[in-house]
Amino acid sequence: MRLHVGGKEVFAYTANHEPDSAKPTVVFLHGAGLDHSWFGLQSRYFGYHGWNVLALDLPGHGRSAGPALTTIAAMADWLAGALDAAKVQRASLVGHSMGTLVALDCAARQPQRVERIALIATAQPMKVGEAFLDAAKRNAYEAFDMHTIWGHAPQVPLGGNPNPGMWMYGDTQARLERLAPGVLYADLKASNDYSFPGGVKCPVLFILGKRDVMTPPRAAKTLQEQIPGAKTVVIDFSGHSLMAEAPDATLDALIEFLR
Amino acid sequence: MAGPKYPGFDTLALHAGQSPDPATGSRAVPIYQTTSYVFRDTEHAASLFNMERAGHVYSRISNPTVAVLEERMAALEGGVGAIATASGQAALHLAIATLMDAGSHIVASGSLYGGSHNLLAYTLKRFGIETTFVSPRDAENFRRALKPNTRLLFGETLGNPGLDVLDIPAVAAIAHAVKVPLLVDATFTTPYLMKPFTLGADLLYHSATKFLGGHGVAIGGVLVDSGRFDWDASGKFATLTEAYAGFHSMDFAEESATRAFLLRARREGLRDFGACMAPMTAFQILQGIETLHLRMPRHVESTRKVVQFLSGHAAVARVIYPELPEHPDYELCKKLLPRGAGAVFSFEIKGGRPAGKAFIESLRVFSHLANVGDAKSLVIHPATTTHYRMSDEDLKKAGITAGTVRLSIGLEDPQDLIDDLDRSLKISQK
Repeated sequence: MRLHVGGKEVFAYTANHEPDSAKPTVVFLHGAGLDHSWFGLQSRYFGYHGWNVLALDLPGHGRSAGPALTTIAAMADWLAGALDAAKVQRASLVGHSMGTLVALDCAARQPQRVERIALIATAQPMKVGEAFLDAAKRNAYEAFDMHTIWGHAPQVPLGGNPNPGMWMYGDTQARLERLAPGVLYADLKASNDYSFPGGVKCPVLFILGKRDVMTPPRAAKTLQEQIPGAKTVVIDFSGHSLMAEAPDATLDALIEFLR
Repeated sequence: MAGPKYPGFDTLALHAGQSPDPATGSRAVPIYQTTSYVFRDTEHAASLFNMERAGHVYSRISNPTVAVLEERMAALEGGVGAIATASGQAALHLAIATLMDAGSHIVASGSLYGGSHNLLAYTLKRFGIETTFVSPRDAENFRRALKPNTRLLFGETLGNPGLDVLDIPAVAAIAHAVKVPLLVDATFTTPYLMKPFTLGADLLYHSATKFLGGHGVAIGGVLVDSGRFDWDASGKFATLTEAYAGFHSMDFAEESATRAFLLRARREGLRDFGACMAPMTAFQILQGIETLHLRMPRHVESTRKVVQFLSGHAAVARVIYPELPEHPDYELCKKLLPRGAGAVFSFEIKGGRPAGKAFIESLRVFSHLANVGDAKSLVIHPATTTHYRMSDEDLKKAGITAGTVRLSIGLEDPQDLIDDLDRSLKISQK
């Protein structure tokens, strides 16, 4: 589905279904440098099980026009604009990494738009290492290497991909290589600089990977303390890319939470 | 935090794609000799069919043992993924059938394996796909043969039989200028000697029967996608960018820009054409890949010794190997193949067909057969075997003379190979 937000074209993957106002809506928000297809299996499931799906490409990512936004607050405001464009009043939000911050900010500042939020691989603060930020700022390929290697559990290059025949590292590199210069840096800087204001009242689920080296479970502790009543699912053996590394466990947690 | 580090080639060759079997702890890749997989319930079945969950349904589409081979090859080549096929020919057909319809056109190197030439020149022509063959010696030949309906450029990393080195960066640039991909057959080089994706190729395949398997025991192929070609921006590949009624009205590029090609190839190509790889075959090829990094240097080292020996032999008119300064692609070879130009090469024996026949029949260590890339050394004399019906004039057009002999150098003691060749060459000249 093509939407227009602030005069710019936005792509929203809908899992081959036309929007239906009688159905609940779930929005998927990808992480730094990625796109809607990062949620491929999970978004298809909800699209075929009674939900309107909007798996968005943030500005400057995937099929959405740039430039990339430079703050999480701007992304959250843009998200509200995307919901308006799609004629959706209220939705559940599923974010991954940077996308979790967008979901949090939207839920904190625009609670009337948000039903519930699922945060896959999150942290607060979401500090990005100086070397990573610097490489991204220089548009050096080293930044893609860091994203690829730290974005997966250590066993991934030597382990089996649940998705037959696919090589997770190669897929991540190929996606990152499509980015316009500066996009990854904008994403990482926005994530690094964001400070969660608190005040989220809707139901919240944390889905964390036990072997995540980018946002390890301990890095979510402050956030978990700020959101009393939030539920947490920790998935063994998975790193930061839970939707690819542990697709079924991630989907099962989402189904349980959103049903 | 320590800087990022990828596993090395040798480690990937041994491990990529497989962690110890969770059910049994098996360290070796288990052979999942099964056609199908039990669903947990009807909901699980539906979600697998509809690509909402990852997993296996039926071994024509995917199989856990075959998936290890696929992932390992994708890792070794630096691609997003791979599909293993029944043969190298099946991989070539799968690539073409995934990309184009009747009315499409291919520009291919004229220096191809005979089976590939047959598929393009005769068989696909019956289905409305035309091919123009060009000499790969000048990359500009590919540009000159382009047509508005060209959908693919294709060549071998090392061509047959003249061992032409495909100038991948130059041909890829020509392909990309008209928004079509470059497919290469990387059988002769393997990922150990060359990484075509780093040079600009978009898709590649191997006859895994050859050096990957390495022991002459299994027929197979593997098709690998770099994931870098932008199908949307091209606008020339409706099979990947428009809704496909044959599979949930899926627009494959919308599902994933990087996986679109492999999604269609697996969900349509394996499903409908069915040229899948058997799990036992995948296991056997995996055993070969686990020592690829040890075998290829030895193949190349022995080949260099044999080439040197033949180059100075009185019964040899010329040796065709790109590492020799007189080969037209000598400089390109140094640039693209610094680890070596492989272990298959040709030479011309003095004395034409009778000498070739006598030579072949005198060999004791070399095996006379129609294959390459075995651990054992192989030989064939095209004029008396694969091309025996052709006149000397027709042989010349194919780049073959009556005295052309093709060798595939194996892993035996190289001195034994040289002695075998020397003795047989002497007999051939009597």
